[in-house]
Amino acid sequence: MMNLSAKHVLGVAIFLLVIFVGVPLFIAATGRWDFYFTLTSVALLAIASAGVWLTFYIGRINIGQGAFALVGAYVSAILVVKAGWSFWLSLPAAGLFAALVAALLGLPILRLRGVYFAMITLVFTQVATLTALALPITNGAKGITNIPLPSGVSLFGITLIPDFGEIENARMAFYFTACILMVITYATLYRLVNSRLGHLCRSMQQNEELASSIGVNITYIRILIFSISSFFGGIGGAMFGSISQSVYPATFVVKDSVDFMLNCFLGGLGYVFGPMLGTLVIYFGWDLLFEFGKYQLLIYSIILIVVIRFLPDGLLSIRFSKGGKK
Amino acid sequence: MSPLLQVKNVTKKYGGLTANNDISFDVSENEILSVIGPNGAGKSTLFKMISSFVPTTSGEVLYRGERISNLKPHMVARKGVVRTFQETTIFKSMTVRESVVVAQHLRAKASLAGYFWGSKTAQQDVDSFGRYADELLAFLGMTAISDELASNLPQGNLRALGIAIGLATDPKVLLLDEPFAGMNHDETMRMVDLVRSVRDERGVTVMLVEHDMPAVMKISDRIVVLNFGEKIAEGTPSEIQNNEKVIEAYLGSADDEIGM
Repeated sequence: MMNLSAKHVLGVAIFLLVIFVGVPLFIAATGRWDFYFTLTSVALLAIASAGVWLTFYIGRINIGQGAFALVGAYVSAILVVKAGWSFWLSLPAAGLFAALVAALLGLPILRLRGVYFAMITLVFTQVATLTALALPITNGAKGITNIPLPSGVSLFGITLIPDFGEIENARMAFYFTACILMVITYATLYRLVNSRLGHLCRSMQQNEELASSIGVNITYIRILIFSISSFFGGIGGAMFGSISQSVYPATFVVKDSVDFMLNCFLGGLGYVFGPMLGTLVIYFGWDLLFEFGKYQLLIYSIILIVVIRFLPDGLLSIRFSKGGKK
Repeated sequence: MSPLLQVKNVTKKYGGLTANNDISFDVSENEILSVIGPNGAGKSTLFKMISSFVPTTSGEVLYRGERISNLKPHMVARKGVVRTFQETTIFKSMTVRESVVVAQHLRAKASLAGYFWGSKTAQQDVDSFGRYADELLAFLGMTAISDELASNLPQGNLRALGIAIGLATDPKVLLLDEPFAGMNHDETMRMVDLVRSVRDERGVTVMLVEHDMPAVMKISDRIVVLNFGEKIAEGTPSEIQNNEKVIEAYLGSADDEIGM
């Protein structure tokens, strides 16, 4: 199962070198410290997109990841601000809570397929926003602000994670944290897709009836996958809230949910690392088009349509179109 | 022989329409039993009720005395009663071998988490799935096409792939949905041999739903005949061939059609 070729190992090594060494060196050389924030955002959005990609893997179009990111952001913010938890504990708690919500919501709606499932998930983000506005614990439209930066973690007097408030370059610390989380997320995703669970997902994606005839408990696997997917959403959202030190009902809106989905489409649904590339391209592509002023959205949309028309399997299909597979 | 599968007073109603009315019969271990009937006789509905793909309105289906009707389909498969589909129901973008490997899901000893972390048991499973897939494909004469994508296969091979997927689950009873539909004489005869060898060499009891009369006469130990949702006859092929009710209700005057 672990048939990683030398080419794969080399690719991963280069990637890790670029994000952990190349980018900091580049930023130090050019003085573009704002890149840290941009790339941190890309990494976190890529984590949430990984979740959306996973729901695609069982044949469901998920346009509701913004809701789970928002849930994660609020859970972490509330635990840190109101309950005094360490951010590092609130992070998994945010993911688990989002996963729990997903399991409860998924039970009735995961039977739906195609556009019906997509439409319902589309509503989720709006419902999450409205819920955040209405509940007392989320502080309504004022949101939760002044969230303290992640505190340090030490074990037996050894500092494992320094206090982000005391580091002189918190941006860089956040960048590294987000990248580590992203690497863990995609490693998990890769492993999952290439283990038996992934094979069962593929069987369900291709034919649910046949999958259940060979004994696959499709209800259970759908819920498991949707929960894992939302766990990633919750983690991404929680981290995002911590960096911006605030969470509002509009921190993640319907547009974000649509973007998470587009990231997957653009990168390629057939490739585990597709959503990561898609997120990077969409985030930077949008910024690069800023010069076009009021035509920005128009040009952006046309490019997206063209890409999806001519590369239906995503950007990564360019490289792999000549007989290779993932 | 004690009955392996019992269909007991099974009735299915869709609104005012009765698709199956009070049908009962037994399937013994190691036999090949066919359910035949003209279009609309209720064969498909009965087939789906036995595999729990649709619930019964009343009555029940027992496997070794245990009720298997009105369960989730995967539970029925877990008990060892596995259905196949007609050719369009396949894993389109998997190869033949991948399909047969994934279909061995029920034979897995390691947990999903074990697979994720790559435990020793998981590795043993993977090895044994691969070996069994190769053995099964060799048995079915499909070794040459094992790396073909399912979507590229011609119709005849798709039917065999369906049976391969079903067999990979290690069933005790295999339910075949019109295995001869759309096949010419030669293909049908090859399929007849294949289904026989599944029973003879792998000890799988076979129940099939079909309307190709010559093939059914050739392959079956016993036959159940449905017409308008009712069971009108049950017996060996020769008994069915000479059954007045069958000839009258189902075959009309076309004696030559069953003249095997």
